[in-house]
Amino acid sequence: MRSCQESFDAYILRSLGGDYGERLLPRGVDITLCDQVFLIASGLIWNVYFAALALAAGFFVATALAVAKFSENPFLSKPASGFIFLFRGSPLFIQFFFAYEVFILLPRAGIEINLIFTTITAETRWLARATSGALVVLWLNTSAYTAEIFYGALRAIPKGDLEAADAYGMSGFTKFRRIIWPTMMRLAWPSYTNEAIFLTHATTLVFFSGFPAWQQSGDALYYARYFADQTFNPFVSYPIVAAYFIVLTLVVIGLFGMANKRLNRHLPQTVRPKFRFRPQYIR
Amino acid sequence: MKKLILASVALAFASGTALAQDVVRIGTEGAYPPYNFINDQNELDGFEREFGDALCERAELNCEWVLNDWDTIIPNLVGGNYDAIMAGMSITEARKQVIGFSQNYMPPDLSAYMAPVGADESVRDGVVVVQSNTMQASYVAETDATLVEFPTPDETIAAVRSGEADAVMADKDFLVQYVEQGDFEFVGEDIQLGEGLGIGLRQSDEELRDTFNAAIDEMKADGSLNELITKWFGADAPTF
Amino acid sequence: MFAFCTDPSTLPDWQWFACYLTSGTHLAFYWSFVVVMVLILLAAPFALAFGFAGALATRSHMAPIRLVGRTYTSMVRGVPDIVFFLFIPIAIDQALEYILHQVRCPDWDMPIRRGNDFLVCAQAKVPLSSSPAWVHDIYAFSLALFAFALVFGAFAANTLYGAMNAVPKSQTETAEAYGMTKPQAFRRVLLPQMWVYALPGLSNLWMILIKATPLLFLLGIRDIVYWARELGGQKTGFYAYPHPDWRVWYFLVVLVFYLVLTACSERVFEWLMRRFSHGQATAAGERQRRAAA
Repeated sequence: MRSCQESFDAYILRSLGGDYGERLLPRGVDITLCDQVFLIASGLIWNVYFAALALAAGFFVATALAVAKFSENPFLSKPASGFIFLFRGSPLFIQFFFAYEVFILLPRAGIEINLIFTTITAETRWLARATSGALVVLWLNTSAYTAEIFYGALRAIPKGDLEAADAYGMSGFTKFRRIIWPTMMRLAWPSYTNEAIFLTHATTLVFFSGFPAWQQSGDALYYARYFADQTFNPFVSYPIVAAYFIVLTLVVIGLFGMANKRLNRHLPQTVRPKFRFRPQYIR
Repeated sequence: MKKLILASVALAFASGTALAQDVVRIGTEGAYPPYNFINDQNELDGFEREFGDALCERAELNCEWVLNDWDTIIPNLVGGNYDAIMAGMSITEARKQVIGFSQNYMPPDLSAYMAPVGADESVRDGVVVVQSNTMQASYVAETDATLVEFPTPDETIAAVRSGEADAVMADKDFLVQYVEQGDFEFVGEDIQLGEGLGIGLRQSDEELRDTFNAAIDEMKADGSLNELITKWFGADAPTF
Repeated sequence: MFAFCTDPSTLPDWQWFACYLTSGTHLAFYWSFVVVMVLILLAAPFALAFGFAGALATRSHMAPIRLVGRTYTSMVRGVPDIVFFLFIPIAIDQALEYILHQVRCPDWDMPIRRGNDFLVCAQAKVPLSSSPAWVHDIYAFSLALFAFALVFGAFAANTLYGAMNAVPKSQTETAEAYGMTKPQAFRRVLLPQMWVYALPGLSNLWMILIKATPLLFLLGIRDIVYWARELGGQKTGFYAYPHPDWRVWYFLVVLVFYLVLTACSERVFEWLMRRFSHGQATAAGERQRRAAA
């Protein structure tokens, strides 16, 4: 029997690969409670990785998409709407499968991009790995959902704000940066918090969806399922992963609450909307 | 536990015997041609399907096939979700500690490394993919290679094809079909692992083991087993 | 399927495809689309029922029941739904077998959990191992259905709870002033009015339900995803229709199927919303009135 300390040393970083701990996962009757606690915790590294990077990158794309969809120019608004529909209208799970199959079809040597003065070769192999390929899918997916939220917020910006900006002689990018964008953020923030939680939860799909878990390095749910299959006992590993995700959700809510405070810092103390996270059950 | 059985292919035998024998459920993977696979008619097909049916007829058993993922195929046998495994499973010492086996119905088989055409022998120490929980997995783990495991045989081939891995190691009889298509070739010497394929049974099920052993004896004696092996694995395949 | 399909290797392209696309496995693939639709159509009413019970529990005046309702409605907020989909079927399966084991095999003296195995006596197996194959299939499907209904019930409970609170308080107060009891006021006044408020949330829920159906694959059901993977994978000479890896095309078909399904649902809900807004004293209703005038 391994002691808890040994389990910790062997598995806390195991999700990074076989080189970062015991190469073989615990099997059969050797599995201890500590193994489950630490190995599943180690899987969380990937959940946080996927969620943080996808959200950070998606934020910018979403802003651009929302503005494009709101634009009166059909050459901007149509493609943006199409993109949003594509990713919001189909299941993320299928998007993963489809994307993986596309990624492995990309030529092994990479794609030659012929610029006028030089030829560069874009490496494509890395896209078949979950760490990058699945991240791209999650990034585009959350961009689409977030864009729809931002788009709704754009439409709800009070007319008076815009008129005031005009009266100050602001125009173009200055108006966007100083008036439109901050107002949009304030309006969208509660829904955006919700989207962040949904996305964090959606990261658990990655390793069930075609993207192979190299050297059995997977996310928290991948290990939880591994244990449930090995021990025939779902009553230990799934509650552990559930507890971890409750904590992770609370952390997300906390971080977004802090950002919300900052967004509304210009308002007087009394009218400043208290950030009470009202969970929405829709994505 | 993934007890959820994908589907079962029922096989009622009109063998005419007034048999009080219960149904014997046989678990298989259904994804390992030519041993066992789902054919275009959506039926289980392959060497083991034919052999198993013939065996059950001889032993006057009422057999039913059940599909189950390879990764959980032994736990589900022990848990009683089916009574026997015929899934290209080799008899090994490690498995014998958990389940029982009938005598072998395929002679000891060869394992081989397969890589894209043009690879040299060094790929055997590169990134080698195997199906998880196989004896090849245990073997490669002992070598200098970087071991990568996949749950299905299909994925191991796909990984080599896409260049994610340098070589795949598996039963030679399984790999032959891909080599024949011309994209791959065998690399280096073949390796003999295991004691041949056997029917996996619960250790307590001695009665069923004796029944199967007797029927396999018969089929070995009258040459019908050799006929099936030649039919599915070619004339060069070792027979009894 | 067709008479000319006897030897596929000699056929010209279009006939080969005609035969290929009507093979037994492809018919099973097409059937799996029906299974998904059946799951959606069955899960929706069950989820609504669970949701209704959950919303009522959350409104209860008794603290323990309220706690149960609160826990139920908030559990899906902190934990990914897929964890429930994986957990619930196995948990229920083992619970059923455990109970049956206690009832049917009282003199079994060995522990049920031995090492890593979960062993019950043969009479306590669900379904019995002697049952025909379709019983096993139906059982697996029912467990999946239950898991879907339970998870989406929790989502629905929240929507319905919100809708119940959205009906103006004065409505129920007036009803009680007319001498109706609390349950009467609930049934006659609150219940008919809440649906207008619930519809946007429920339509969204329907969309999430549709998009969650591919997860059936993880429960071991032979669903669309299973067949897309199985059929698309490379087929060697052992199969009647050998072909290289075509998974990308199969998943493209599945992707389009879901896009069409969600697009159609969206249309239906837009139409429903217009119907519901008709004659309502809301901005949308007012706009309709003016347009007609």
